[in-house]
Amino acid sequence: MKAIYNRLFGGTTGVVQLGILAAILMIVLPLSLDIFRLNLVGKYLTYAFVALGLVLLWGKAGVLSLGQGVFFGLGGYCMAMFLKLEASDPISTKIQSTPGIPDFMDWNQITQLPAFWMPFKSLPFTLLAVVVVPSIVAFVLGVAMFKRRVGGVYFAIITQALALILSLAIDGNQGYTGGRNGITDLRTLLGWDIRSSHAQYLLYFTTCGLLVLAIVLSQWMLSGKLGKMLLAMRDREDRVRFSGYDVSMFKVFTFCFAAALSGVGGALFVLQVGFISPSLVGIVPSIEMVIFAAVGGRVSLLGAVYGTLLVNTGKSLFSENFPQLWLFAMGGLFIAVVVLFPNGLAGVVELIRKKVSPFLKNLRTSSTLPTSGSTPLPSPDKP
Amino acid sequence: MKPTTIITAPERIPLRRFLIASTAAITLALQSSPSLAGEAYPTAKVNTTGLAVTDDTVTVGQLHSATGTMAISETGSIQAEQLAIDQINASGGVLGRKIKVIVEDGASDWPTFAEKAKKLLVNDKVASVFGCWTSASRKAVLPVFEKENGMLYYPTFYEGLEQSKNVIYTGQEATQQILAGLDWIAKEKKAKSFYLIGSDYIWPRTSSKIARKHIENVLKGTVVGEEYYALGHTQFGSLINKIKLKKPDVIYAIIVGGSNVSFYKQLKAAGITSDKWTVLTISVTEDEVLGIGGENLAGFYSSMKYFQSLDNPNNKAFVEAFKSKYGAKSVIGDVTQAGYLGPWLWKLAVEKAGSFDIDKIAAASPGIEFTQAPEGYVKVHPNHHLWSKLRIGQWGVEGQAKVLYESGLIEPDPFPKGYQ
Repeated sequence: MKAIYNRLFGGTTGVVQLGILAAILMIVLPLSLDIFRLNLVGKYLTYAFVALGLVLLWGKAGVLSLGQGVFFGLGGYCMAMFLKLEASDPISTKIQSTPGIPDFMDWNQITQLPAFWMPFKSLPFTLLAVVVVPSIVAFVLGVAMFKRRVGGVYFAIITQALALILSLAIDGNQGYTGGRNGITDLRTLLGWDIRSSHAQYLLYFTTCGLLVLAIVLSQWMLSGKLGKMLLAMRDREDRVRFSGYDVSMFKVFTFCFAAALSGVGGALFVLQVGFISPSLVGIVPSIEMVIFAAVGGRVSLLGAVYGTLLVNTGKSLFSENFPQLWLFAMGGLFIAVVVLFPNGLAGVVELIRKKVSPFLKNLRTSSTLPTSGSTPLPSPDKP
Repeated sequence: MKPTTIITAPERIPLRRFLIASTAAITLALQSSPSLAGEAYPTAKVNTTGLAVTDDTVTVGQLHSATGTMAISETGSIQAEQLAIDQINASGGVLGRKIKVIVEDGASDWPTFAEKAKKLLVNDKVASVFGCWTSASRKAVLPVFEKENGMLYYPTFYEGLEQSKNVIYTGQEATQQILAGLDWIAKEKKAKSFYLIGSDYIWPRTSSKIARKHIENVLKGTVVGEEYYALGHTQFGSLINKIKLKKPDVIYAIIVGGSNVSFYKQLKAAGITSDKWTVLTISVTEDEVLGIGGENLAGFYSSMKYFQSLDNPNNKAFVEAFKSKYGAKSVIGDVTQAGYLGPWLWKLAVEKAGSFDIDKIAAASPGIEFTQAPEGYVKVHPNHHLWSKLRIGQWGVEGQAKVLYESGLIEPDPFPKGYQ
């Protein structure tokens, strides 16, 4: 029991840290923000799913993917297809030449719903697809790359190419995908208006809940054999391979898991924002998401969440107050983080704890001199 | 009334009483002059839905891309809207209220547009928004405007297929821009064969579809080629070879953004110039010519509702005001002029409705005429688009167009029958 608890939460420190994050997200923010700002935070949190995946993939396994936007987009598109079909019932689309199909298909002289859209009439299939479709793409790419021992810069370039290919493919087939405009004007989920503030509260809490679940799941994976394997591979891949392990399949698994997380994030994004477009799939958002993870600290799961929140809040606030200059401010923030705190926010917190905890320890030992041996404060170096 | 009677008979009143009375009169006068608007249009009456309207100000939003790839195109609209707002404020504002602007940056990113639109409507409660440029950004904000009941003035010529209570489209929809231009070129150049080229997204594709139907069904001509290239595409070599093989009477180009520069430079390098070929485009305004270079376009035609060189008193005053505010080198394209119409049409709608309420100005908008428009005259149609003229301009090396043809007023028809 104790072992499971430790693995899921990473001991008492982990529970406290996760508790703080959950309290901020689910109590402090909803009480202090209006629904508009809270909805924005909800949108940022969907990016945090991608950042979590990047921590596993990049921070732990040492594989940098610059194409995570692809999986975010695939999850988002799956969800958007379902919502669009629901919004395109024959009555509300009666102005079209072919009622009952999404409006952009009608504009492109498509008269019948394409076969690959058909299954997305079913919600269970859609929810499954949100996780499975990104995983399958990641699996195929992962097997093709990692089995051939392609890694490092080459892998990053290939993932970037994938992002470009997918955004071009969506752009170029606008009759089937909505093209550059994307899939827009999504209103209801099973008749439930996702744009009402009631729905937005519920979706926000769902996002928070799923995010905490994703953190716990990732924590559990990292604390087991897989986590140790990933670390070993990151630092000395050859030795792991020579010890008889199939290194590539561990990487493929992590890649797929990160992709599935991103897909869930994408689906939640669509539910909260109400549309998806290829601009969320391409190279720029993929790199932005790497920045979120880097600012938060690429080896820390919670750091990635805070990093995502910080960068996006900064983006919104800077751009509202300095519409002409905000990009410079964002650029400055990134440079400052990379130069001053190479381990991101998590690195800063760690540094503070290292500085403060001996001080606290001293304080405690000086006040209760006889029991200097037992230190109730966890040392940061403890695994 | 009363104060004057007192003042006309000062000699009979002791000084002290006179002073008190006149002070009271001045105070009265001071109180009444700023509330002139307030009396005729009390805030409680002109704003029943909680918009950002006070006794002497009204707040509107401006939502364009100030940064990112679209900034170069949208800057003109931003400037023109600000010029119009300054002019309206200088002439007394709207219902006696000065316009205050909250500027937001859509950053060429569609989710950001949606986020900022929501911020303007929900947090700032703006009375109106002037903004968006690309179709994608408009599609992203449209559900927000419909849900939160805002009003958007959208300046770009676009593909049509849309009509909303919450949007006034101040640019032309596709049929207004395309049909008359094709008629003119078919008549003028005896053109029978056309080659359609576009960037790969909804506006060029829809426009080509309308052009093809018109060419085949009305002009009884032929379309010898129809091709699309990804946005940002720069290699047109193979396309130019195909054009040379097919020898169309007219090359009909709907290429946008940076691709334009390489397209026209490569046409010129391949010897496709105006002495032997006819190029008609609906995507090149004075703004694009700045990037492409007039020498690469000389003799080619654009079909637009507005050119900077239009010779009428409204336009002369507009061009002068624009240049004195933004510099003698600035140029004004079709969309910039359409952006300028937005604040004026909104002011007219508010004054006609006698209210800032969105529902009332949406209902009051149809039928509004703006006779001071630089393009001459426009009128709002019940479908929230504008009646407007179409002009054909021929580009000169200096980057300005000579207007060769002007149509009558064309009715906007965003859902054209027979062209879908």
